[in-house]
Amino acid sequence: MALLEVKNLTKAFGGLKAVNDVTFHVDEGEIMGLIGPNGSGKTTIFNCINNYYSITSGDVIFKGNSIKGLKTHKICHLGIGRTFQVVKPLARMTVLDNVTASAFCRVGSIKEAKEEAAKILEFSGLTDHKDKLAKSLPIGGRKRLEIARALATKPEMLLLDETAAGLTPSELDEAIELIQKIRENGTTILIVEHIMKVIMTISDRIHAINFGQTIGEGTPHEVANNPAVITAYLGEAYAQC
Amino acid sequence: MGQKHLTLIFIGILAVAFPFLVTSDYYLHLVIIALMWVVIGSAWNLLAGFTGQVSFGHAMFFGVGAYTAGIIVTKLEMSAWWGMMFGGVTAMLIGLFVGWVCFRLRGPYFALATLAGSEIFRLIATNWESLTEGMVGILIIQTFTSKLPYYYIALTLAFLCIFFIHVVMKSKWGYYFVSIREDQDAAESMGINTTRYKNVSLLISSFFTGMAGAFYMNYMAFIDPHVVFSLHYISIMAILVGIVGGVATIMGPAVGAFIMIGLQETFRSAFFGLAPPWTSEAHILVFGLLVIFVILFLPNGIVGDWSKIKRNMFRIKASS
Repeated sequence: MALLEVKNLTKAFGGLKAVNDVTFHVDEGEIMGLIGPNGSGKTTIFNCINNYYSITSGDVIFKGNSIKGLKTHKICHLGIGRTFQVVKPLARMTVLDNVTASAFCRVGSIKEAKEEAAKILEFSGLTDHKDKLAKSLPIGGRKRLEIARALATKPEMLLLDETAAGLTPSELDEAIELIQKIRENGTTILIVEHIMKVIMTISDRIHAINFGQTIGEGTPHEVANNPAVITAYLGEAYAQC
Repeated sequence: MGQKHLTLIFIGILAVAFPFLVTSDYYLHLVIIALMWVVIGSAWNLLAGFTGQVSFGHAMFFGVGAYTAGIIVTKLEMSAWWGMMFGGVTAMLIGLFVGWVCFRLRGPYFALATLAGSEIFRLIATNWESLTEGMVGILIIQTFTSKLPYYYIALTLAFLCIFFIHVVMKSKWGYYFVSIREDQDAAESMGINTTRYKNVSLLISSFFTGMAGAFYMNYMAFIDPHVVFSLHYISIMAILVGIVGGVATIMGPAVGAFIMIGLQETFRSAFFGLAPPWTSEAHILVFGLLVIFVILFLPNGIVGDWSKIKRNMFRIKASS
């Protein structure tokens, strides 16, 4: 069953259509990759899903109900968590407080929120850093913190926006492991990623876009051999061979 | 931790016993005014320091609180002490309206909107003569001739304000306020209704500021629009109290209030009559220099950078 459906999504900034008539769905329990060259509209799609931008036309359906036009925090309460490509740590709060603040999304008391946060920090490998200020974390830690904070809202669907960008090779393997662990816990994932190692390893299906339009969809293998995708990334000369 | 509690208990005993230790009405008056500023500074700090929504117009809530108390006496002929409650509530209603309008704006735009708001209320108070007596101001008869009751009322108010903010900051609301200050977009994606919680912070802040205004009416027994809606005596002073004491610290505004009132009075009285009279004009200049000093060397204020101050004092002592 489709958990999230994006139907004919269009987002225009003035005359520029950053996303143009994109349709895809994400099934429950799967990891769906969203790829495309720089500026092709991947992050814009994310921003449309949780109404960070308002949608020009089309619809977003979550668990059978349209979530178009709902406030961002409402969408979070419905069960869609997200991370930001440009990480947004709550800099002058400790790592634990960052996640605790997020955990209040589902629990009422401060004790429960702290316990929940501690569990999530353990899960995402940040326990050693829990009393540090978020601003003192290096980029790898900040990316983990983004994920931890999104997980604290107990999402059924997690939108990951380039969580592997800027990581060292060893951090990359850990990130892949973390994402797979999240899926094993039953969270459906929609992931935007530039690093092919990550996207090809973990995705069940991939949706490719360019200039805001769909250019291909399928298993990682199918998409990697799709001429339109190869053209978009490498130029026409490579598509023929 | 134990030492901290002992210090607080000591300050508490000192505060309760103060009127009996220092019987001079003059010093008692200064401390009453300082305690009132503890309330305003703490209220401003909740909104600006903890929630990150800097207000340049807290005189709006102070003035509305003061005028509510005054009007209750002159028009409704009720006891001025009802004004303490209604002053806070009316200021809160104004806060609700201001939040509804101004929280569509972020950063400097919000600050400027509050600045404009307080000027609007000053003009309303000046021109709506049938209600506010305009520039003539409102004069009431004080309830007590002694300063002692006022001292304890101000002390209670300051204590309640600090204690309430302390409790709030330890709760879910506190986490939400700081999250909003740090990154509003991240907060929204964490499921925080940022508009609602910015308003909650503003309502608490305007309530206490309004209470302080109503207290001012009762204590000073005279207000006019230029006093209670004053930009530099109220709005800017609230900011200075917060910055000097320590933005986003619970006790910062309390320390800041005593320092600022102490300084203001020292200069106003030309060093208690010891210096030539022209020095009394210099207090705004000194405030400016103090703010520059604090921003350069103690960006987190006296309370926020207390460990830094202690370290430096120790170093000076050790080297001499």
